[in-house]
Amino acid sequence: MTLTPEDSTAIWLSLKVALTATLLALPFGFALAWLIVFKKFRGKVMLEVLVNLPLTLPPVVIGFFLLLLLGKNGWIGKLLDASAIPIIFTWKAAVIASATVGFPLLVRSIRLGMESIDEQLIEASRSLGAAWYDTLVTIILPLSLRGIMAGSLLMFARSLGEFGATIIIAGNIPGVTQTIPLAIYDYASSPSSVTMALSLCLVSILISVVVLTIHELLGKKLDRRGAL
Amino acid sequence: MKLRINTEKKQGNFLLQVHTEVSGERIGIFGQSGSGKSTLVHLISGLLQPDRGEIYLNDECLFSTSKRVNLSPERRRIAIVFQQAMLFPHLSVKANLLYGYRRCRTENRQIKPETLIAILKLQPLLQRGVANLSGGEKQRVALGRAILANPRLLLMDEPLSALDDTLRFQIIPYLKSVSEEFGIPYLFISHSILEMQLMADRILVIKNGQIAETTTPDQLARKSMAQSPKGYLNLIHLADPFQKNGLYAYQWGDNTLFVSDGEPTGQSLFELSSREIILFKKHPEAISARNLLKCTVAEMFDSEGRVGIVLAMKSEKLVAEIVRSAAEELKITVGSTLFAAIKASSFRKLG
Repeated sequence: MTLTPEDSTAIWLSLKVALTATLLALPFGFALAWLIVFKKFRGKVMLEVLVNLPLTLPPVVIGFFLLLLLGKNGWIGKLLDASAIPIIFTWKAAVIASATVGFPLLVRSIRLGMESIDEQLIEASRSLGAAWYDTLVTIILPLSLRGIMAGSLLMFARSLGEFGATIIIAGNIPGVTQTIPLAIYDYASSPSSVTMALSLCLVSILISVVVLTIHELLGKKLDRRGAL
Repeated sequence: MKLRINTEKKQGNFLLQVHTEVSGERIGIFGQSGSGKSTLVHLISGLLQPDRGEIYLNDECLFSTSKRVNLSPERRRIAIVFQQAMLFPHLSVKANLLYGYRRCRTENRQIKPETLIAILKLQPLLQRGVANLSGGEKQRVALGRAILANPRLLLMDEPLSALDDTLRFQIIPYLKSVSEEFGIPYLFISHSILEMQLMADRILVIKNGQIAETTTPDQLARKSMAQSPKGYLNLIHLADPFQKNGLYAYQWGDNTLFVSDGEPTGQSLFELSSREIILFKKHPEAISARNLLKCTVAEMFDSEGRVGIVLAMKSEKLVAEIVRSAAEELKITVGSTLFAAIKASSFRKLG
């Protein structure tokens, strides 16, 4: 197995992008899951459809819409341009692509975790003098920890594999925006680089195995602690 | 404690309409499941918002549509003990107990954790995880947690329903003692007449989402005598027996009661069904029943074709139940002298 310096950069970039995307999405995912599970409001079904949309849309479509939004003439793009913050074709664009595509997985897992909390536990907390935000932090957050963790790891893993949306808004620039899947794509298009592609595939599998193992081990540990 | 409720709440096809004012320290809310008891608990505690109306606790407005007041649950200071203990699974027993206490304003912290832990005998449980507690222990911790929040009112929503009989009667003294000891008024919600007799002074009977009547535990038990499978339950506290011929002999006023299933020492509570008492007009010469009490008829009441006879001894009373034809045949009237025969095995020990 041989890895070129570009490959190593791609691996580090992949990990950096996936981690940043997950951390960035986490508070929003938690808040949205909380809204969907515990609050009654109009347009809830629409919100759910919207949240889940990236799950069913081709990532290329998402990438295209993000490009329209973040590009020079897009709503957000104009603002970013005015404040001189470059996004498109930088690693930050890869983060946004990953965060958008992986977001439904995160919300879904946290939601499942929250839905398993007995409503009377929340009622007990409120009647014992906790305001809603206090209950959110001291009861809902710890009891949905397993869902949060499962969702984060799933999203992290999904981000590592993100290709379609990333290539559109971040491009495939070696050393700048080239993540593992993009590098494999490059190698795969030239017949002489099969070994190089295989090496990166192996790294990909290795990272996935590590992530899934952590998921299982942490899940067991939380089970032992008696948390939900 | 004075509670004034004039509210309406529609949930699907079910309409709860409560218009009542009740005062006292030990109030029972009695009703079958689906009658609206739990909805009422939710409305009082603020966990559910009424469609319209008002709720006042001791002249403080908790909810009013006209005044646009809706105090949030955490500001009402009304704690709830649920049917299931609902302990927070990620917290220790100690952290569960202190959850409400830590959120209670310092000036309201009249009940101290040490005192409560001693009364509820919680010391040995403190370091354990909540998953390692038995059903009765869990409910004791839940009760302690609610009391330590120093509430103005305690709502007990069928707190004994999930427990078996033995545990139920172990918990009842705790429920009563904490509210007496700390002076916290409570609403006790249940569908059991026996629990109402043990826990409440006044009772609101709720039927199909409305308060059907306000009554006393005794009146409720008398009224339901004919339908209830065990008739009217006489509750008798007896203490410190001596043993004789394999039976426990308890002093009860001027009489001695012989009981098969007693407790060698201490106080015990027994139930005696009104249907287990056989009445004689004259002293029977020889009977197998171990208890024969001479008594006077103090009162008679009707319960759907059956006649309840309140038997008075010197200071004790018992309710016996006979069919109307028997009452007519024996010519029983208020003031008649009767002999009541009760088998030693008819006394059922509750706790």
